[in-house]
Amino acid sequence: MSTIATARLDDMRTAEVPGGGAPIITVEHLTMRFGGLVAIDDVSFRAASGKISAIIGPNGAGKTTVFNCLTGFYKPTVGRLTLHHPSGDYLLEQLEGYKTSQAAGVARTFQNIRLFPRMTVLENLVVAQHNKLMRASGYTILGLFGAKGYRNAEAQAIELARYWLDRIHLTDKADWEAGNLPYGDQRRLEIARAMCTEPVLLCLDEPAAGLNPRESHELNSLLTYIRDHHKIGVLLIEHDMSVVMHISDHIVVLDYGKKISDGTPEQVRADPAVIRAYLGEPDVEEDESGGAD
Amino acid sequence: MSVTTISGLTVRPLNMKAMFKEAGLTALVIFALAVALVGFETTDIPGGIGINTRFDDVAVVVVLGFIGRIALVLLRVHRPGPVLIGAPVMAVAMLGLLLAEPLFGPAVAHTLQPIMPFHDPIVLWGFFIVTVIIAVRAVLSARHIASEETPDAREARMDRIAAKVQHAATFLGPLLLAFAIIFPFLPAANRQLLDIAILVVTYIMLGWGLNIVVGLAGLLDLGYVAFYAVGAYSFALLATHFEVSFWLCLPFAGIMAAFAGVLLGFPVLRLRGDYLAIVTLGFGEMIRVILLNWYEFTGGPDGISGIPRPSFFGLAEFSRSADNAFHTMFGLEYTSLQRIIFLYYLILMLAMVVNVFTMRIRKLPIGRAWEALREDEIACRSLGINPRNTKLTAFGIGAMFAGFAGSFFATRQGFISPESFTFIESAVILAIVVLGGFGSQIGVVVAAILLIGLPEFFRELQQYRMLAFGMAMVIIMLWRPSGLLAHREPTIKLFGRKTAKEAQS
Repeated sequence: MSTIATARLDDMRTAEVPGGGAPIITVEHLTMRFGGLVAIDDVSFRAASGKISAIIGPNGAGKTTVFNCLTGFYKPTVGRLTLHHPSGDYLLEQLEGYKTSQAAGVARTFQNIRLFPRMTVLENLVVAQHNKLMRASGYTILGLFGAKGYRNAEAQAIELARYWLDRIHLTDKADWEAGNLPYGDQRRLEIARAMCTEPVLLCLDEPAAGLNPRESHELNSLLTYIRDHHKIGVLLIEHDMSVVMHISDHIVVLDYGKKISDGTPEQVRADPAVIRAYLGEPDVEEDESGGAD
Repeated sequence: MSVTTISGLTVRPLNMKAMFKEAGLTALVIFALAVALVGFETTDIPGGIGINTRFDDVAVVVVLGFIGRIALVLLRVHRPGPVLIGAPVMAVAMLGLLLAEPLFGPAVAHTLQPIMPFHDPIVLWGFFIVTVIIAVRAVLSARHIASEETPDAREARMDRIAAKVQHAATFLGPLLLAFAIIFPFLPAANRQLLDIAILVVTYIMLGWGLNIVVGLAGLLDLGYVAFYAVGAYSFALLATHFEVSFWLCLPFAGIMAAFAGVLLGFPVLRLRGDYLAIVTLGFGEMIRVILLNWYEFTGGPDGISGIPRPSFFGLAEFSRSADNAFHTMFGLEYTSLQRIIFLYYLILMLAMVVNVFTMRIRKLPIGRAWEALREDEIACRSLGINPRNTKLTAFGIGAMFAGFAGSFFATRQGFISPESFTFIESAVILAIVVLGGFGSQIGVVVAAILLIGLPEFFRELQQYRMLAFGMAMVIIMLWRPSGLLAHREPTIKLFGRKTAKEAQS
């Protein structure tokens, strides 16, 4: 077992990321069991910096569980998650929950939006810069006396917040309560909040869910903007194929907790295993191509 | 029975049978409750206990309940006519009975005495107030003002009022503070009034301290009095055993209380909501029981007496005969009031420290993180905020302020015992925070005056105090669950106040 595992491990380490780019995260043999249920079964893949990678799959395929393992909400049963941070590698499975964001720079959004609803839009974005501001405020002590260094840091934090507000077109609503925003705005705000932590890897859990086509289009341009101008890795779970096929550089397909395909959108689109997972087995009597889309 | 509309207001059909059925049911419930609670009264008679029956009172209560329910049903279907006549008549009749003696002289009062229900006029006063409220609602309903306002709309309206109060607080606050500062020198200020003021300010300080834990960080703490006790005992023990002065002890008592807070915090902060409340409740009781039973250390139920009074910043003593007496130092006549005034300023200063600290820390990253944690802990974790440390700071800082207040309490009383740190104290402090509105500084002041100040003035109504207390809480929960003056002011704004308002509207 160990020799085989090592061999495959090395494979994964040297393999090129489909779609190109320098790897930002390497997932090796990730397995997550809940009691007897195997939610993820030995999944390995890599995602690159400056690229958008999508994880797709039918309902219950284990996509969100992968995310929860990556972002420190679950401890994987087996597996190694290596984040290739510019300052060195982090083993995400060994970090305490909040540290995946604080130290390793992995930010995420949630399938059901989790903003701070009674705080304003701007406050949401400033809270995201907590760790930076805590240091600047001398862990509160200097801040209490209104030290200049802290005031400068706060002004910078507002600058960064403003930058992202401009990107998501919410500048004029900056002082609204976040809970009062329309749904689509809340989705974009959550992405902006994640970006305010200045991550190296951004994980988006179904960012297009519940958006109308126009909002969905806006989302696409926001995500490509983040990829092209910030050069960070973007990992997203999505059901909306118009989003996935348009913007992803690399797609991983899961089904029943197993990886069934991994490649560029063109490769995945043509992969019979993917077609089978989404559309079912073709009937024996029918022509082979009958099942394909 | 058709739906008719009078100038835009829907008048719902009135089902007489259903109305009487509802009123009858109410009367039945009241009867079941009252027959045991009101119907029998135990009295002391020579050689034992006698039972008085008061079935006439039960009958009055049931009839009033029946009529009241009918009035409510009529108001509900927007037929205020009968109520508009009935309620004021009832109110005037009750007022006549209550004020018979001053109005018509003792002779009339004497003849009215037999028909007057209830021994205690307080009950009748209560019914009078309810009747007046129903009458006012009837008037509003008749004038179509009482529109069918949804709870959301009411909440929004109340929030606007609270926002106005909070904006007013920016200049009202200094005004209040100025009044508080000159208060001891007003001609009306006497010993009793000053004592009440000290008590109110102590509770304001405790309320502000708990507001950090409950209002900002959203951690429901039912054992806050434990930290108050830790502060009080730290000071009392240090002062009586080692003769350390109040001013040296004060920070130490705060640190001890904060330490107790962090110690409690470590194991329990992974709990949320109700579970956290239960554990903190248990912790509060634990501290009290330890104080009660560790006789060698704390003096058990005997408490600690002879706790030294605070000196004038270590420079002078408040006594008639000391070498360095305060009155000789400033060339004043000696009065015992000097120490009381000093204590008043001391607690006012401590309370203001808490207030300024809270106002400032709200605008610092840790304060924002507390509020964010209250809103969504999972989102906080995803943003790299350490939830445990953040909660522990809130718990520790809240406990520290309780410790300050505790050592003030000990030095003011000169005597402490576990009696002073029962659960009811925690409940009162929490009630101040809830009533005032989570996170609202001015709300705590208003609530502390209402809950602590008023009952002190009406001491003779002592036995109804808890009743009124409970009623106030129920009404607040029904009308404004977030508290009287709850309104959250953003800690930071991109645009000035005016632009923000324009953008919002």
